[in-house]
Amino acid sequence: MSLSDAEWSIVWLSLKVAVVATLASAIPAIGVAWLLARGRFWGRTALNVLVHIPLVVPPVVTGYVLLRVFGRRGPVGAWLEQYLGLQFSFRWTGAALAAAVMAFPLVVRAIRLGIEHVDRKVEESAATLGASPWWVFLTITLPLALPGLLAGLLIGFAKALGEFGATITFVSNIPGETQTLALAIYTQIERPGGEAAATRLIWLSVVLSVLALVASELMIRRQQRSDA
Amino acid sequence: MSVTIDVAHRAGAFDLELRETVPAGFTALVGPSGSGKTTTLNIIAGLVRPARAVVTMGDEVWADTARGTWVPPHRRRVGYVFQEPRLFPHFTVRQNLLYGRGLQPEDATAITTGEVIQLLSLGTLLDRRPARLSGGEQQRVALGRVLLANPQLLLLDEPLASVDQAHRLEILPYLDRFREAHRIPTIYVTHTWAEVAGRADHVIELASGRVVESTRR
Repeated sequence: MSLSDAEWSIVWLSLKVAVVATLASAIPAIGVAWLLARGRFWGRTALNVLVHIPLVVPPVVTGYVLLRVFGRRGPVGAWLEQYLGLQFSFRWTGAALAAAVMAFPLVVRAIRLGIEHVDRKVEESAATLGASPWWVFLTITLPLALPGLLAGLLIGFAKALGEFGATITFVSNIPGETQTLALAIYTQIERPGGEAAATRLIWLSVVLSVLALVASELMIRRQQRSDA
Repeated sequence: MSVTIDVAHRAGAFDLELRETVPAGFTALVGPSGSGKTTTLNIIAGLVRPARAVVTMGDEVWADTARGTWVPPHRRRVGYVFQEPRLFPHFTVRQNLLYGRGLQPEDATAITTGEVIQLLSLGTLLDRRPARLSGGEQQRVALGRVLLANPQLLLLDEPLASVDQAHRLEILPYLDRFREAHRIPTIYVTHTWAEVAGRADHVIELASGRVVESTRR
């Protein structure tokens, strides 16, 4: 089957949103995962709960909170627009933000497991050899947690690709700007006579998700082979 | 240069209380398992932070809990060979050996990579990953890695327990030469008296977290 221009632009937008969401959440997710896996500080449980909120509240709630906070009249949104020229509401950047926030708990969980899997005794031996905590993290912890990191980024990408509820609440469903694959499918399903178009988009989303899954499996397997 | 340690540390049911001066030279730390030998090394290395501790190395204060002084492990320049090799599994033997090299101040008298490779017979292992080495080979790499990091104090926690007899006899004289050439104090934990007899200038015997005997020879 060949894709129409409209379909290509939906795919392209979805990929752009998912890739930006994944990359933007990677560094904060690594930081939070490390704090949760290795940190001993007051408020660790609170941080853990905070990170997981998007996973447990209805996505429409997350979308609404984003709208109130990052909307043009929201405290953070107004500031970002005035000083950095960044605008989220009703833009594809907002779709990426919503996808990143929704994917964040899943990414953190996978990376955290990867870090917890790293033997602290090996980290200690690096420290006695003269490595600062930061250097130990970069040269020992992170490379050894790489399978968890890859798995986390992939699950984050997959989640971002399929995000619906928070996205439509925060940035609406604007063709060419915020209408990702999931939103386009919804539009076609709601439209009388849209079943055929919806079916094509559904197949497209299945193919994309499976491709992403296969790519991640291959990456993880390659990583495991190079460790052996 | 001598090490002084004055600590009180409690972890669960175990408590350790000792005050010792470890003179330069070779100190054997002996005692039954659970007597606090490894904990003592961990405190000196800075891996365990006791409730109360004063640890000094020469004129450096590494820990003084009353004054809030605490030097983290990576600034103590301690060469610590653990009971298990604890090699970096994602690095080759060569990368393991050189890990600490660039992290420590350059020193003209420091041992060279070539010397370490030759004396610990590591030449044929350099491109392998730790998973493909025997236990004894791994421990030799761990020892080489520590010597190349140019330590100012050696802490050896039963370092030869996993090394086969033939290599044990080779490594011990080499360790002696290294210590004499570099004049670094060494604390050696062992169950095998033969490894320290004739070497130890000082023997500290621990039992249940207390020093029961401390003799100079």
